[in-house]
Amino acid sequence: MTIQLMMDGREVIAENGQTLLDVTQRYGIVIPTICFHPATTPNALCRICVVEVEGQRLLQPACIVRAAANMKVQTRSERVMRARRTILEMLAATVDLSEAPDILAMIDEYQADPQRFPEAHPRYVPIKDDNPMYVRDYSKCVLCWRCVQVCAEDAQYTYAINFSGRGYETQIGTFFDQPIPETTCVFCGQCVGVCPTGALKPKREALLEQGLMPEQIVRLNTGRRRRT
Amino acid sequence: MSEIDMRSLWKAIEGYIPLGRSGLLPALHAAQGLYGWISEPVAEEIARALKVPLADVHGVIEFYSLFYNRPAGRRVVHVCVDPACALCGSERLVDDLCAQYGVTPGQVSADGEITIERSPCLGLCEHAPAVWTTGGDRWWIGAPGSERTFPPSVVYGSVRWLTVHCGNGTADLARYGPYRGLEKAYQMTPQAVIAEVKASGLMGRGGAAFPTGVKWEGAARAEGWPKYVVCNTDESEPGTFKDRVLLLDDPHGVIEGMCIAAYAIGASRGYFYVRGEYPYLVPILEKALAEARAAGYLGNGFDVEIRLGAGAYICGEETALFESIEGKRGFPRVKPPFPTTHGLFGKPTVINNVETLRNVPIILERGAAAYRSLGTEKSPGTKLFCLSGDVGRPGLYEAPFGITLRELLEMAGGVDGKLQAVLLGGAAGAFATADHLDVRLTFEDLRAAGLPLGSGVVMVFNDQRDLRRALLRLAEFFAHESCGKCYPCQMGTQRQVEILKRLVNGRWRPKDRQRLQDVGWTMTDASLCGLGQTAASAVLSAMALWPEWFE
Repeated sequence: MTIQLMMDGREVIAENGQTLLDVTQRYGIVIPTICFHPATTPNALCRICVVEVEGQRLLQPACIVRAAANMKVQTRSERVMRARRTILEMLAATVDLSEAPDILAMIDEYQADPQRFPEAHPRYVPIKDDNPMYVRDYSKCVLCWRCVQVCAEDAQYTYAINFSGRGYETQIGTFFDQPIPETTCVFCGQCVGVCPTGALKPKREALLEQGLMPEQIVRLNTGRRRRT
Repeated sequence: MSEIDMRSLWKAIEGYIPLGRSGLLPALHAAQGLYGWISEPVAEEIARALKVPLADVHGVIEFYSLFYNRPAGRRVVHVCVDPACALCGSERLVDDLCAQYGVTPGQVSADGEITIERSPCLGLCEHAPAVWTTGGDRWWIGAPGSERTFPPSVVYGSVRWLTVHCGNGTADLARYGPYRGLEKAYQMTPQAVIAEVKASGLMGRGGAAFPTGVKWEGAARAEGWPKYVVCNTDESEPGTFKDRVLLLDDPHGVIEGMCIAAYAIGASRGYFYVRGEYPYLVPILEKALAEARAAGYLGNGFDVEIRLGAGAYICGEETALFESIEGKRGFPRVKPPFPTTHGLFGKPTVINNVETLRNVPIILERGAAAYRSLGTEKSPGTKLFCLSGDVGRPGLYEAPFGITLRELLEMAGGVDGKLQAVLLGGAAGAFATADHLDVRLTFEDLRAAGLPLGSGVVMVFNDQRDLRRALLRLAEFFAHESCGKCYPCQMGTQRQVEILKRLVNGRWRPKDRQRLQDVGWTMTDASLCGLGQTAASAVLSAMALWPEWFE
């Protein structure tokens, strides 16, 4: 069954059950996303995909809100733009986005000012390099939750990582901050694969960036370190 | 670590093992009661017993402020520094206590005896400055040395419907009398009970003012079994203490309300989710539940369990509360689906505030028409107001909807000094001024005046008070209590604190006004749950009332 609705003043057709984000993709309307990933359960937590739906008091996340007949949606209203721009500016003041090209492109597109919040306290965390497979640089973590999700029910059922802290001080963490080799991690690499900001990086990539040659990396024999 | 006596742990958590993950908070409470904190081997043992992944157990411990994963003092002194207590010198009290024990806030004294902590609102606002001391599985109201284990109730009112048994200690079942409302409900069909509650016009008293009968109808119609009734006893809105008084003095009034709700929707199980700062309610509720069981009101197809939170304001948000009962971090869920169809354990659930449930037996016993004899057409019945701050007699006040703010303040002995502002609705509320004194306190009049009723907080500030400091404290409260799930609130509450610090410290920057508004409106418009959506409410209302402060 198909549904008709209005999006940015034009009539669009949606399949029953499609989200607003699904609908936009067919019409070339671009809605930015950060936490959304087709392989993980959507949590609608980054709120960068919010849109204005007529009759709704609050902005609505396009990644989970289903299209409904006769809905009137504004994907770039003034309120939407303010929310997206402010979220990007707050993110720039919180996290090291230097290896998050998609978010950097959004900052350009929405003319967000990365210096908007002077004297802001960034979320700085020392790099955790405790296993032969990947490096964790949580100063780059935007808390999209994807790594925690794929480590649990969305893929691997490993449950090596969860959260520590709360609110602004939330971090991705292990049981009592144990090094990765002491956790239930099976080094499947799925968390690294879904990380959008370089907070999780393959160890070899990190070593190449440090200027090592592939031959030197092999000689480091990092792959044969203790795995418990 | 190895000398930890695990046998006492096993004994303490044995009863929670059949609950699986939903036994996690009770087991962590039991462990902390034994050892004073939760060490790695203890957490590991609990994880194994309940079959919860280690990382998840750690995530839960980290989420709740009252769980400690490093040693705390044998006694932890929680000093409330939220606005009502701040007006009464709580910061100085923190300093004095720290000096007395030679510690800084959060630090454990050298002998391991004491930790002094700044605390968010303890729900003891009429006793400001409020202090609550914990030690293992014991607690005291007041600083170390206090013998008091529960706070005294201070109750007034022009009418005593909800508070008829309040102010004279706990009313046991003999004093409360038979559950007449429930007996009457049993003579009706569940549909007729719901119709009666709808006809009464009862609206939720937790802050959102959702029609109670409509909520019940949704859960009654929903497919799924079992169904649950949850009493949201996570009263944590700064300035609110009404639910504490109701349950401490009149638990049967609320239990009867839960029984009626259970009958109406066909629920077989109920929960009290009590905020971690109210442990003194637990023995009171346990005794009352036992009395209700002995009298046959409970245990015949419907029974009620108690769960204790552990220091997280967000767990007052209904879906976060469910997550917490389920043994998880208190992250709010996206809605829809709503609790009426997908609530606790994914099942149809009615979740109501304590005061809401206390109204229910009155409605059933007297009938909707008699209930409507007080209040207004759109706000029937009576309301509990929590008066605190610069007012003659802080305390709990019951009055019919429609009383004006001026009349309410007069009933409470008037303003101490000259009125500057009243914070209505708590941290998530907004400021009223002398211009609003004749506004009638009803849902409709307040909405028209652009003010919230919220949970009934009326916090008074005289003209000697620096409201900018109060704003900063409210902002710090939200930054402390944001769960961190959605970006607008996670980062917006932090940015709001940073900007307001400049306001208070005289380092205001030229564009801070616009920054503060963009942060505030982004949280209001785009946050995932009610916490973020109201985290800028008081700030934005102050910016509208006193624009000159923000130039």
